[in-house]
Formats: sequence, structure tokens, C-alpha cells
Amino acid sequence: MVEQTLRYRDDEPVGDPAVTVDAFAEQSNATAVRIEPGDDARALLPHLDRIALVEVNFPAYTEGRGYSAARILREHGYAGELRAVGDVLVDQLSHMRRCGFDSFAPEQDISREAADKAFATWPEVYQKTVDGRPAIWAKRHG
Amino acid sequence: MYQYDSYDQQMVDTRVAEFRDQVSRRLAGEITEDQFKPLRLKNGLYLQLHAYMLRVAIPYGTLSSAQMRMLGDIADKYDRGYGHFTTRQNIQYNWIKLEQAPDLLADLASVEMHAIQTSGNCIRNTTADQFAGAAADELVDPRPYAELLRQWSTFHPEFDYLPRKFKIAIIGSDTDRAAMKLHDIGIQLVQNDAGEIGCRFYVGGGMGRTPMIAPVIGDFVPPLQMISYLEACLRVYNRYGRRDNKYKARIKILVHEIGADEYRRQVEEEFAHILTLGLEPPPAELERIKGFFEQPGFEAGLSDDLDLSDPDFALWVDQNTHAHKQPGYAIVTISLKPVGGIPGDATADQIRLMADLAKELSFDELRVTHAQNIVLPHVRKADLYALWQKLDAAGLADANLDLIGDIIACPGLDYCSLANARSIPVAQKISERFADLGRQRELGELKLKISGCINACGHHHAGHIGILGVDRKGTENYQLLLGGSEAADTSLGTITGPGFSEDGIVDAVEKATNVYLAQRSDGERFLDTYRRIGMAPFKEAIYG
Repeated sequence: MVEQTLRYRDDEPVGDPAVTVDAFAEQSNATAVRIEPGDDARALLPHLDRIALVEVNFPAYTEGRGYSAARILREHGYAGELRAVGDVLVDQLSHMRRCGFDSFAPEQDISREAADKAFATWPEVYQKTVDGRPAIWAKRHG
Repeated sequence: MYQYDSYDQQMVDTRVAEFRDQVSRRLAGEITEDQFKPLRLKNGLYLQLHAYMLRVAIPYGTLSSAQMRMLGDIADKYDRGYGHFTTRQNIQYNWIKLEQAPDLLADLASVEMHAIQTSGNCIRNTTADQFAGAAADELVDPRPYAELLRQWSTFHPEFDYLPRKFKIAIIGSDTDRAAMKLHDIGIQLVQNDAGEIGCRFYVGGGMGRTPMIAPVIGDFVPPLQMISYLEACLRVYNRYGRRDNKYKARIKILVHEIGADEYRRQVEEEFAHILTLGLEPPPAELERIKGFFEQPGFEAGLSDDLDLSDPDFALWVDQNTHAHKQPGYAIVTISLKPVGGIPGDATADQIRLMADLAKELSFDELRVTHAQNIVLPHVRKADLYALWQKLDAAGLADANLDLIGDIIACPGLDYCSLANARSIPVAQKISERFADLGRQRELGELKLKISGCINACGHHHAGHIGILGVDRKGTENYQLLLGGSEAADTSLGTITGPGFSEDGIVDAVEKATNVYLAQRSDGERFLDTYRRIGMAPFKEAIYG
């Protein structure tokens, strides 16, 4: 799994297996957690300081809840690895990155070249999100 | 009108290049139809019964004459010489070849247009009052807010895989011409006692198989927090809208199931958080956009007098023009509902003619209405007669706005892969039955709306008279509804009883209108009479 991960971070990958959100609350030494679509990402907010990896599962590419989960974590200051796993398609990478994902473990392999091309396709963005890119309105009004 | 800057232009140009690449991969067999489908749908390209259909976005229904002219040229170049204006203020082309779709999008981009987010489970093209910036009864011009909304919703990274499609409408007057409360979000710009402008948010309306009228969720949101409030509304929906059943996935079901109060509580909580993030474009951006919507150079001191000695012209003026905020000017609605025609269809030549007339007589502007007509928003009253003559010569002078001949109809089973029944032939037969304009005027305002399936693209729930086509044991069958309205007095129609054949439904409509003529009091519209006397007399006449 890990060898197929596209990772855009400089730190060392976390080796620990990700546990469920429910299990995480009870395991005070766990550092990696996996969010399923129905989970409330805000349940993790009291524990952000001990989390090094959050996996967000996309069972189908049409599943959109993970985008909100990712943004909520970043908006509350989570700085660890945020990994999209599951039915992650090349045409979604750019949106995921803008919502705060910085690593990707797609079921169907995506080449680094294809991923880089996807990230480079849209040089400007209309919205401010959590990726630090200035929105077009910010550039217009410098 | 809004004009793209280099950022906006780059956005649509990039989209064209991306789609060209996707199409070439599909044509080369590098990706399957299953893989291609979500990509083409993001560009409004549907595979229908006979061919690809492309839906072009007309943001808040506003067009320049150059854009309108391009829509006509596209109809000739890529389709069969016509286009179909839709209930979402967009235009659809029904006979598109996949290999030509990228060129079509490039032609659109050359006039600052696109097909972005005209399908898929994302935020669709925002609609607005077609009389924005012109209506005498307008409080605030909604177009700058609609443009702000267009940019915010374009390629929004969090809301591209919502539980279901998402439609927003915005208006700035008490007269609702945009069916605002029947949208996922309807925004009305209002004024408080202190004279300040605010956004009233109606959330959770919709048609489809479970029609609902949206409740007020945000009573008075400051305009400079509109985007943040939208983010909050959408985020709650994205997280908690149902995804287990596509027929229960629209936001109306969420708001209905948890209740407006609980939905509001969640939105307020999210809104308070989002306000801390600085997501709102600055006041200067709204001001920049407003600069594009300043009123055109109207002539002052023009007379409102009109020579109405030509009786046909007088009828058209009475029926198809509205009061303009500027003395001496009128708002003209061009009916795309000729007797026996296809509602909302226009030929390439008609489209180009309307473009020319807008350039010459309406400060270069046109609008598309959700009732599938075209508006010239700013015409000098002194020019009306000459305009009418030119429209008449092109078959565009039907004086039937808001009369029974002004039918809304979806494409139905003639084109649409979702339809259960044909809509177009029913619309044609009804308009032929009521072809006499004197008879139509005798019936007065009567909004008749036809959908060919339960998805309700033809707004049948909101028709004073609504018709729903269903499939009954392999035969097309038509249900009749009475009492709906999409205006400020929004209401949902009620089914009269058992359905009818194609000819039977035309007879049933006629019987319903006869009940109205027999029972109406002075000044009552069909809808008013129905509301006063109820269903029973209609039922008796129709089934008795």
C-alpha cells in the first residue's frame, strides 16, 4: 500500500496502522486514524496534537464527504499527513489537494507524472481554501 | 454586463484544453465510456436517446448580442440549425458529435461562455430574475451577487461531489420571476428597517418527485458574508445529505428530515466557524463586479406615450412588455411559444435576429427566462413598433406571454433518456386547441407546465395547470395537476385523479378552463378561482 502512495511531504511516513475513529478515542497511544465517509471529522479535534496521519477513505469516487472532512481538519490546525485512500481518480487530485490532502493512495495506480500534470492544470483558483493559494479575488486586489 | 478579465478567460480556456485531451483519449480508446462519463458530464455533455446533448451555461440568464449570435452560429455549425432554451435559463443542443464538442467549447470560450457544471452533482449554473437591472419593482440588482456566486461556485473543490445536483437562484425584488423558493437555495435581496441590504436565504426547496417549498433559513445575511453563509449551507449538506438513495439525496430531504430549525442551527454553527477563515471576497471585489452592471446610458426625458392604433401591436404591447425603471423604456419578452411549436426552441436565424435586435435596440443585452422565452431588457418605447414588426416577420411576435399558450415543456421522450412520456406533442396539441389569441386572453394569466417524467424539468408542480407524463404499462399516460405556482405566492399543484391519454389530457385541460370561465369572480385568475373553490368542481367537470 505505502509504496503506491503519492506523497507531497518531506517528513518520514508514519508506520503505524490507522485505526477507526471509535478505536482512536480509546487508544491513547494511537497516532494514525482512518475516517470513513459517515464519521464526524470533528470528533478528532481534541486529539490533533497526537495525530501524525489521517486517512480519509473514498469507497467510490462519487463520495464527497471526505473533502469536507479534510478541510475541517486543516481549518482547525491539523498539520500532519492527510491521505486520500480508495477510489481516488487522477481528475480529482487537484480538488483534493486544495482541500488539504497531501498524500494519495489510490486503488488504481496513478503515475507521478499524471499527478503532477493534474496539479499543474489549473494555475489559478476562484476560492480561498486551506492550501495557501491566493484566490483570484485576492490577486485582483493585491 | 460582466466581462472576463485574464483570470476568467484562462479558466475557460484551460477547461477547453482539458476536455479536448479527455475527448481525444476517449476517441483513441484509451479510456472507456464508463471512465469518460464523469468527465464529459462535468462539461454538460449528455448521451441522450439519439445523440449527444450539450448544455451551455448562460450565467444568470444574461447574454450579450455577440454571445447570442455565437449561440446561433453554433446551432448551424454543430447542430441541425436550432437550439433549445431551458427552464434553467440555459441552452441545449440536441445533435452534437463527440469529436466536435471540443471545438464547440472553444467557440463558446471565444465569447466568454462555457458549459462548466451544467450537469453532475455539483453547484449548477446560478439563475436570476430575468428583469434584473431593468424592472420598475426592483429593490437591488441581483446580477453582481450572481456573478460573485458564479465565480465562487466554479470548480469549488469541496462541493464537486455533493449528494446530488445543487441549484441556486437569486432575486432582488418582491415579485419572484425565478421560482426562487423551488430551488436548493433561493436568495432574495431584501432591505431592513435601517435601510440596509441583506440576503434572505431560503434553503431546501425543489421539484422532482418530492416537491417542497423552501423555508427561510437565514433571514438577513449581510451581503459581504454571502459566500461564507453559502459555504456553511453547502458544507452541512455535503456532510449530512443522504447518499444512500439518489431520490432522497437533494438538500430538501435533509432539511425536511432534520427540520428547518435543526438545519439552521447546524448552519449557524458552521457559519460562525467559517467567518473566522477569511473566505469572503473583499468589498472591493463586489464593487469591481458592480461596475460592470451600472445602468446603460438611458436617454432622459423620453415620453411614455405609445401609438397603439395597430390592434395586433397593441395586444403584443399589452401582453409582452413590462414596466421599466427608466421612463420611456420597456422590457420586452419575446415569446418562443408559437402555436404548434416546440416550447423554447429557436432557429439559428431567429437567434441571430434576436442578437441583432438586442444590439440595435436594447443596449446589447438579452436575457433567457426560466419560462423559456427571451427578454430584451431595455427598449425605448419609441422603438417598440419597429421592433415588433421585425419580430413578427420572423415568427417571434406571439402575444401570449403568461397565457395558456406560453407553455413550459421539458424535451421529454422525444430526446431525453430519463423521460417516460413525450412532452412536446402534448404542448403542441394544447397550443393548437387554444390557438385563438382572443380565447387565450379571455382565460388570462394561466401558466401551464409539462414534464415528461417525475424529475419535473418542466416544472409541472408549479403550474397553475401542470401535466406529468408517466409510463403506465408501456403506454404514455398524463396526469393533471391544478393549483401550483412558482411566483411569490409559491404553491404546489394537486393531482386531479386518474391520468389521461395524449388526446384525453387536452380535453381535460379544456374542461378545467371551462370551470374557471363559469365560476370566476371579477378579476380572478385561474389560480385564484381554483384556490377559492377548490378541487371538487374541477374534478366533477373533468371526470363527471
